[in-house]
Amino acid sequence: MNAQELLSIADDELILGWRDSEWTGIAPSLEEDVAFSSIAQNEIGHARALYELAAAALGTTADELAFDRDPSDYRSSQLVEQRRMDWAHTIARHYLYETADEIRLAALKESDDAAVAGLAAKMDREEQYHRLHARMWAERLKDEPRFKEALEELWPYALGVLAPEQRAALAERVGLPETQAVERDGHSDELGELWEEMTMVRRSIPGATW
Amino acid sequence: MIFEVFRQEKKGAAFAHAGSVSAPTAEFAEAFAREQYGRRQESVALWVVPRGEIHAVTDFADELNKTYHRVDGYSLKAKLKEARERAGTAVDR
Repeated sequence: MNAQELLSIADDELILGWRDSEWTGIAPSLEEDVAFSSIAQNEIGHARALYELAAAALGTTADELAFDRDPSDYRSSQLVEQRRMDWAHTIARHYLYETADEIRLAALKESDDAAVAGLAAKMDREEQYHRLHARMWAERLKDEPRFKEALEELWPYALGVLAPEQRAALAERVGLPETQAVERDGHSDELGELWEEMTMVRRSIPGATW
Repeated sequence: MIFEVFRQEKKGAAFAHAGSVSAPTAEFAEAFAREQYGRRQESVALWVVPRGEIHAVTDFADELNKTYHRVDGYSLKAKLKEARERAGTAVDR
């Protein structure tokens, strides 16, 4: 597996973790606040582990990969970079992402690269709780018009999380027809804003160690 | 709905009340309890119980002041000493 592919997944996890953490303190209930914040933290933990693998291949460090690249160099999918939406959209994204991620992780677990396969297996053990959480919410909201609209709106972005050959599996699991995907080759302005905020501390004293 | 959460710190230990979570269904309650009482490896198992399913007992009548039913109503130490003396098994302490 090449470092660029690892970076795509790492960037997805970092950016989604960041976006999900925007609900900390304002989620629909205290319990959900704790649960969703915890999921966000897990995603960032996965990002770190993936960046470390990529960094070893690229001769750099996880922090440099996470924070020192230009926003246009991030390989994250456009599904994860969208700024805090309402809860219906957040759950729609969460459900779509976790379902896609399950397909992606299953493939990674079969990787010839033992380090990648091993990490994928570890991540999957945490992700199964994310999937439980996502499915539980999706099941609860499934008849809500706002949730259905959000799913349809985000669907082309969700397809863009996966490689083209994996998309049919996602369509089958989610029960929506395959359509033109929003690919990883571009970013919205929202990623730039997120990057400004996310890298603010690190840029304030370049080269500092923490 | 309120669910009471009990957690077990290590295998074989007694479950102790950890706190409660508010959740719409048992499934949500389990997920919330897992995050609040399990994600730092502080528990090996949880019991998540709807508050209404708990049968609380709070009244304990003792109208006749039967102190002999209570630990503090019965001086075991003196009685034990007497019994040991009778049996010839008294120990010097």
